[in-house]
Amino acid sequence: MRFEYAPAPESRSVVSLRDCYGLFINGEFVDGNSAFKTISPATEEVLAEVAHAGPEDVDRAVAAARRAYERVWSALPGRERGKYLFRIARIIQERARELAVLETLDNGKPIRESRDVDVPLAAAHFFYHAGWADKLGYAGFGPSPRPLGVAGQVIPWNFPLLMLAWKIAPALACGNTVVLKPAETTPLTALLFAEICQQAGLPPGVVNIVTGDGSTGQALVAHPGIDKVAFTGSTEVGKEIARVCAVSGKRLTLELGGKAANVVFDDAPVDQAVEGIVNGIFFNQGHVCCAGSRLLVQESVAGEVLDALKRRMATLRLGDPLDKNTDVGAINSRAQLDKITELASSGDAEGAQRWSAPCPLPDRGFWFPPTVFTGVSQAHRIAREEIFGPVLSVLTFRTPAEAVEKANNTPYGLSAGVWTEKGSLILWLASRLRAGVVWANTFNRFDPSSPFGGYKESGFGREGGRHGLEAYLDVGGGGDA
Amino acid sequence: MSAAAAMPESGAPDGADRLAVRKTYKLYIGGAFPRSESGRSYVVRDPAGGFLANAALASRKDARDAVVAARKAFAGWSGATAYNRGQVLYRVAELLEGRRAQFAEEVRLTSGAPLREALEEVDAAVDRWVWYAGWADKIAQVRGGANPVAGPYFNFSLPEPAGVVAVLAPQDGPGSALLGLVSVLAPAIVGGSTAVVVASERHPLPAVTLSEVLATSDVPGGVVNVLTGRVAEIAPWLASHMDVNAIDLAGALGAPGALADDLAVAAAENLKRVLRLPAADWAADPGVERMFGYLETKTVWHPMGT
Repeated sequence: MRFEYAPAPESRSVVSLRDCYGLFINGEFVDGNSAFKTISPATEEVLAEVAHAGPEDVDRAVAAARRAYERVWSALPGRERGKYLFRIARIIQERARELAVLETLDNGKPIRESRDVDVPLAAAHFFYHAGWADKLGYAGFGPSPRPLGVAGQVIPWNFPLLMLAWKIAPALACGNTVVLKPAETTPLTALLFAEICQQAGLPPGVVNIVTGDGSTGQALVAHPGIDKVAFTGSTEVGKEIARVCAVSGKRLTLELGGKAANVVFDDAPVDQAVEGIVNGIFFNQGHVCCAGSRLLVQESVAGEVLDALKRRMATLRLGDPLDKNTDVGAINSRAQLDKITELASSGDAEGAQRWSAPCPLPDRGFWFPPTVFTGVSQAHRIAREEIFGPVLSVLTFRTPAEAVEKANNTPYGLSAGVWTEKGSLILWLASRLRAGVVWANTFNRFDPSSPFGGYKESGFGREGGRHGLEAYLDVGGGGDA
Repeated sequence: MSAAAAMPESGAPDGADRLAVRKTYKLYIGGAFPRSESGRSYVVRDPAGGFLANAALASRKDARDAVVAARKAFAGWSGATAYNRGQVLYRVAELLEGRRAQFAEEVRLTSGAPLREALEEVDAAVDRWVWYAGWADKIAQVRGGANPVAGPYFNFSLPEPAGVVAVLAPQDGPGSALLGLVSVLAPAIVGGSTAVVVASERHPLPAVTLSEVLATSDVPGGVVNVLTGRVAEIAPWLASHMDVNAIDLAGALGAPGALADDLAVAAAENLKRVLRLPAADWAADPGVERMFGYLETKTVWHPMGT
């Protein structure tokens, strides 16, 4: 039986796009010297022109942030900083619909996700950190931890507003000012956030937003006027930034790639596990650093789980991201689609078996069907490299010890999942997985109070929770811990 | 006075009628005391330039062997209960205390400090070790906690050891030979990581003697590995080693050129945790930064329900 769905598009009218957007420096939108276009990946239509920040613009933004830090923000009592953050959180909630539609337009993710996950979590992050601003002395980092100064923050395109919240909320709560560079392909919600800062009456220069490409990010990260670098993105770029900061001595936190194992034991409830596998790898088109991209399923139930998984994948609805019934949206960019396509081809070439959900792909825009590879060995590229797309690699194991061995056989260490009815097995496995976040009988859950971050080449430092504050506080030395 | 103390260069019979048995200072890798596989050694001298001993001059191969030994020991050491690690480390302090005179003599010979100061350094080093031993079963409570997530999950964060860590022991300066060494080694292993230590090039004798203490303690072989030699030669191999998870650059801080920068850049290749703390007054309160620098935070979402 197949259900037919009538189209249920969310209205775009709630968003008023401007033709062009400037840089947000010192509380005002200012022109840049050049501009680039941002498109909707679902239709390839141009949404707006956005200023490209060159080194001189980054200079101005850093100078504004420094002034704001020295003259206003660092001198403001914590409770006042906190109230600004509470205001921002409230405005995000009030303008949630607008933010969700804009995010979906610019990023290609389903409106269901931007509406139910990205935007509410972004608001929650500001709420959570607002409350910390006047309680930092109780956070366990000494009686009066100091802010670091100006933070340079570079964020990715997969959760544009949410990653902005993860970066800006703790930085401001701890008394720092920021210069943030959103991803080249998804600048629009950051610029709407700049308006929200104006609306909240945030003092000029506390938040500055410079749009641009990798060169803008490089200029920011290497700028001598910043004290702290926070980066979320690829491991390759993260290593480059680590080299730059190794010499400059700037404080650094990195949240990088992953190749998470999602481990399904033979006693797991299959339907629930299948939902978790789907959520683990097809949530946000697999554009998730902590995506459960390696399914490790116990051999005795592998057939059953895979059959159920394919049945479920066949019901996934791919298409218009603004449609409220859409499960899988557009790939964020042509470049990302090319990368996914290339890695999937390597799976074919190396002998794994590909199966894709039988869904029609729209003619325009960037699309990749939900795909699963079976017969994957640990040596295959699709088992080792981060695909960052809706592609799942399936491996099997026999014993818990073998599951541990295979799960940890990666230079990454961001996240992992475990599915079993046995609580003791959950904790046994969780203690052996070299990963910063372990989900048991769930996957891809996030909460502002829950620290997030990786082991090994998935980066260092934590975001969220009490632990995340440390990344924005001077706790008495120069360590990178 | 123990026979292990270094001898003057004259090599004359020590006492009227017997020839002293001199000690050979070797490496400590995987619980054994090998010479450098390179067969090399170097002369350790006192501040006045007099001969103290020959020490092994560790090579790249020795460093790699030490990393292999440390990795092999990691599962057992990190998997031991915190209480057990605390007990094992406290036992080390007991043994250190028993060798007080030997350590003091080595510190005196290598640093030129008066015996009274050397004894003070040894006492401080023993006390420091006791302080860290007591941390073993406190770290998780101080560093971990429950997170009140909005959902049906018991969510908690716990500290876990980074893995294999390279420790460049302080090279020089007051109190560095033993107290400084203990102050960089103990925080590395108390949380469950295993260590490869590059001892001070000019003052390696207390480090080798410490490794003898460790070998006769309950610390499993491979948890601590001690290399003697040139930090500028060995450290780059450790900094770039893909199976090392963290590095303490204490021993590279004052090095000529930009050694510390170069090591930090090399360490970025596999994103090692780099501890580059300002030069320390080893006698001062050590704080927790070094110890916490070797910890990861793991967050677990455990389901709740009926």
